[in-house]
Amino acid sequence: MQEEVKNIILGEDEDYIINVGPQHPSTHGVLRFEVSLQGETIKKVVPHCGYIHRGIEKMCERDTYPQIIHLTDRMDYLSAHINNEAVCLCVEKALEVEVPEHVTYIRAMLDELTRIASHQLWWCAMGMDMGALTTFFYGLRDREQILDIFEESFGTRLIQSVNTPGGLMNDIHPGFQKRVKEFIKYFRKKLPEYDQLLTGNVIFRERTEGIAPMSREDAIQFGVTGPSGRASGFSCDIRKVDPYGIYPKIHFSEMLRTEGDTLSRYKVRIDEMYESMNILEQLVDNIPEGNFAVRMKAVLRLPAGEFYQRVETARGELGVFIVSDGNKTPYRMKFRSPNFSNLFVITKLAPGYKIADLIAISGSLDLVIPDIDR
Amino acid sequence: MKAVIDYFKDIFFGLKSLWAGMRITGRYFVSPRSIVTQKYPENRDQLQMFERYKGEVIMPHDDNNQHRCTGCGICQLNCPNGSIEIVTRKELSPEGKEVRVIDQHIYHLDMCTFCGLCVKTCPSNALIFGLDFEHAVFDRSKLIKILNKPGSSLKKELK
Amino acid sequence: MIMSFNIYDFSGLTRSIDNGLREIMSPGWAIFIELAIIGLVFLIFYALLGLFLVYAERKVCALIQNRLGPNRVGPAGILQTIADLIKLLMKELIPLKNADKLLFNIAPFIVIIASFMAIAAIPFARGLHAIDFNIGIFYVIAVSSLGVVGILLAGWSSNSKYSLIGAMRSGAQIISYELSVGLSLLTIIVFAGTMQLSGIVESQANGWWIFKGHIPAVVAFIIFLIASTAETNRGPFDLAEAESELTAGFHTEYSGIRFAFFFLAEFMNMFIVASMAVTVFLGGWMPLHFGTDNAFNHIMDFIPPLVWFFGKTFVVIYLIMLFKWTFPRLRIDQLLTLEWKYLLPVNLVNILVVAFLTLMEWHF
Repeated sequence: MQEEVKNIILGEDEDYIINVGPQHPSTHGVLRFEVSLQGETIKKVVPHCGYIHRGIEKMCERDTYPQIIHLTDRMDYLSAHINNEAVCLCVEKALEVEVPEHVTYIRAMLDELTRIASHQLWWCAMGMDMGALTTFFYGLRDREQILDIFEESFGTRLIQSVNTPGGLMNDIHPGFQKRVKEFIKYFRKKLPEYDQLLTGNVIFRERTEGIAPMSREDAIQFGVTGPSGRASGFSCDIRKVDPYGIYPKIHFSEMLRTEGDTLSRYKVRIDEMYESMNILEQLVDNIPEGNFAVRMKAVLRLPAGEFYQRVETARGELGVFIVSDGNKTPYRMKFRSPNFSNLFVITKLAPGYKIADLIAISGSLDLVIPDIDR
Repeated sequence: MKAVIDYFKDIFFGLKSLWAGMRITGRYFVSPRSIVTQKYPENRDQLQMFERYKGEVIMPHDDNNQHRCTGCGICQLNCPNGSIEIVTRKELSPEGKEVRVIDQHIYHLDMCTFCGLCVKTCPSNALIFGLDFEHAVFDRSKLIKILNKPGSSLKKELK
Repeated sequence: MIMSFNIYDFSGLTRSIDNGLREIMSPGWAIFIELAIIGLVFLIFYALLGLFLVYAERKVCALIQNRLGPNRVGPAGILQTIADLIKLLMKELIPLKNADKLLFNIAPFIVIIASFMAIAAIPFARGLHAIDFNIGIFYVIAVSSLGVVGILLAGWSSNSKYSLIGAMRSGAQIISYELSVGLSLLTIIVFAGTMQLSGIVESQANGWWIFKGHIPAVVAFIIFLIASTAETNRGPFDLAEAESELTAGFHTEYSGIRFAFFFLAEFMNMFIVASMAVTVFLGGWMPLHFGTDNAFNHIMDFIPPLVWFFGKTFVVIYLIMLFKWTFPRLRIDQLLTLEWKYLLPVNLVNILVVAFLTLMEWHF
C-alpha cells in the first residue's frame, strides 16, 4: 500500500554505523561493538554484551558449596584456579576453617602459574590482533609447559576444579617442584625474545604508544582493576591491599606505571610475568609437609549471614558475595567480575581514535567475554 | 638541525628493531628441531598420557569381573548436573536376606564436566578416571555409557 | 629443422622454431602460431607457479611458527594447493542482490590481466624474453598499475560497507607507493643508461648493480622492497584485507573461482615484484661476476642462467614472506606517513646522489 512506504531519512548526524562482532576474529569471545564512524575516526562505541549468558549465578542457588566450584571455573576460564580459590576462601571464612599451610603454599603456586599462563595467552592474542601472526604460536608453545605441569598433578589442563572447601582434592605429584623449576629456567630465557619480537618493534610501538591513555581518575571511577588499572597508577592489587592465603609472607612488588596508554598496559603484564616467576622461586623449594585437605562434613551448611571475599585474578579484582540462610545451598551468590568493569571503559577511551586502534585497545584491556556475561 | 638528526635516528632505530624481529623468525625457520607439533593419528603408539589424566570416569573391574560399587547412590547425589543415574535391583543374598545391588550405573559422558566429585566422594572408591580421550562419535546415544560390565558382581569383602 | 637446444642461450632454439614455421606457412600465420605458443606457455607457467607459491608460503609460514604445515595431501603435502583449487572450483558463486553485476564480474579479470601483462616482459634467460621493449621498465610499472582499478571496482560493486572501506584504503595505498617504486627503479636506470630490461641485465655482466652502485643502490633496494610489498597488499601493509579487522576487506563478497583469481593474482604480483628486484638490482639471469674475464667468472658461468634467475627470485620471495609473518600491521595513516614523509624524501635525495655519481663516474 502506498501510504506504508515512508521516506527513510537518515539521522541528523548521518552516522556510518559498523558492527564489530559478535562473530569477529578479534573480540575474544562473543561481544558486539556498535561503532559509529566518521571516515576512519570513531565517534562513539556502544558495547553489547550478554551473548553468552548462561545463568551461573542462578545455577549456584541450586548447587551445594562443593558443587559450585565446577561452575566458577568456567567464568573467566583463563584464571580458573583463582576463581575456585575465591569461592573456597569465602566458604572457609564463613565456616571458620583453617587450612593447612601446605595447602596455602600450593594454592599460591598454582595462582601464579595460572597468572603466567593467562598472560601468555593474552600476549599471543594481542600480537595476532595487531597482525603479527607468529606470536600466537610462540606464546602457545611456551604455555604448553605450564599446562603439562597442571596435567601431571591434576589431570586437566585449563580448568582444574581441584580446589574444594577445606583444601585440595588431591595432592601434587612428586615431580611438581622439578617441573616448576625447569619451567622457570626455560621461560626466563624466552621472555626477552618476546620483547625483541613485539615490544621493541617500531611498527608495534607506533600503534600502541600514546593510544587511548586512561587517567587514574577514570580508572577509579569505572572500577578498572588488574593490570589495566595498574598501568594508570591505580594501586589495586588485592594481594597487597587485602592479602589472603600465603601472600602476606611473600616479598613481591606491585607493578605500577603512570602513563596509562596501551603500551603501558602491555608492559605491566610483561612485568607481571617476571614478578610471578620471582614469587614462584620463593615458594617452590619451601613447601611444608602436611595434609592436602582438612576433614570437612559431608554436607556443608553455612551459618545465616552475608560473606564476601575478594581475590586478584589475572584480570583484576574478583569478588564473591554469598548470602546464606543456613541451608546447604546459598540463597544468593553474586560475583563482582573484573571484566565487566574493564569493558565499559572503552566507551571513554575509544572515541577520537581510528578503527584499527579499537582492536588494539580491546586487546590491551584483555577481556574474556564469558566473565562479562557469566 | 636537531630535527634532521632525529629524523635519521628514527629511521635507523626503526630498521634496527625490524631486523631484530626478523632474526628471531629467521632462526626458527632454519631449525626444524624446534617443531613442536606431532603427527597425531600416526603416533598413537608412542603417545603416553599422564597417569592422572581425566579422560572419562570408569569403574575398574578385576580379573574375576568384580567391581566395588555397592549402589549407594552417593555419587548420584554429589554430581552437580545429573550425569550419573544409579539403577538398583533387589537380590537374595546367600543368607536369605534381600539386599540392594547395583543393576546399571549409567554415566552420561556428554554431560559430564569432569569435576571429580563422584570419584572423590565414593565411600568404596569404586570409580576412577580413565586415560582414554578419543570420544568423538557420530551418534550421541553412544556417549551414554553403562559403567558396570554385564555379569559383574560386587567384590566379596565389601558385601 | 635443427633443434639447437642450449640451456645457456635460448635464442638458438627460438630462431630455429621461427625458421621452421616460416618454411611451412605464410609469415602472418607463423607469427600468429608463435603468439599462441607463447601465450599457452605463459598460461601454464602462471598456473603452475601460482600453485607452487601458495604451497611454499604455507610451508615457510609453518616452519617459522614451529609447526609442520601441509603434510598429508600427497607426499609432504605438495598436492594441497590442487585440493584447495578443486574445492574453490566447486563452490557456489553467490550472486549479490544489489550489486552492479557487470563491474562485479569484471573486477577479478582486470586484476589477473594486469599481472599477466607484466609477466610477459620479464627476462628469464638469454633469449627467453617474450616482450623486449626499449621502454621495458616503464611498461612493467604502467601495466601493474592497472591492478588498482580492479580492486576499486571490486570494493565498489560489492555494495557492502566493509568492502568499500577496504577498497578505498587499498586504492590510496597503491597509488602512493607507486611513486616510490618508480623512483627507486629510476636510480638503476640512471646508472645503466637504458630502460630496456635486456640491456639492464647485459650491463651487469661485470657485477650486479647492488654491488657496483654501492650505497645509493643498497638504499634504493631497501626502499624498493618496502614499497613493492605495499604495492602488492602484502605483509605489514595488508590493511585492505586485514582478517582481524575487516574480515577480508574488498574481496569479502567474492566466492569460488573469483576469489581464487584475487588470491592467485596477489601471489603472482609478489613474483613479478621479486623478479623486477632481481632483474634490476641483482643481475637477472646474469651469474655472479666480479670484474671481467677471470677464473671466478668462468666457474660461475657453469650454472645455467635459469637456475640463477629462479634461485635469486626465490630468495627475494622468502624475504617478502618473512616480512609478512614477523611484523604487525600498520594503520592506514601510518602507512601513508611512511610513504610521504620517509620513503619519498629519501628517494629524491638518492636520485640526486645517483645522478651526481653517474656524472662523476664514481661507481664501479
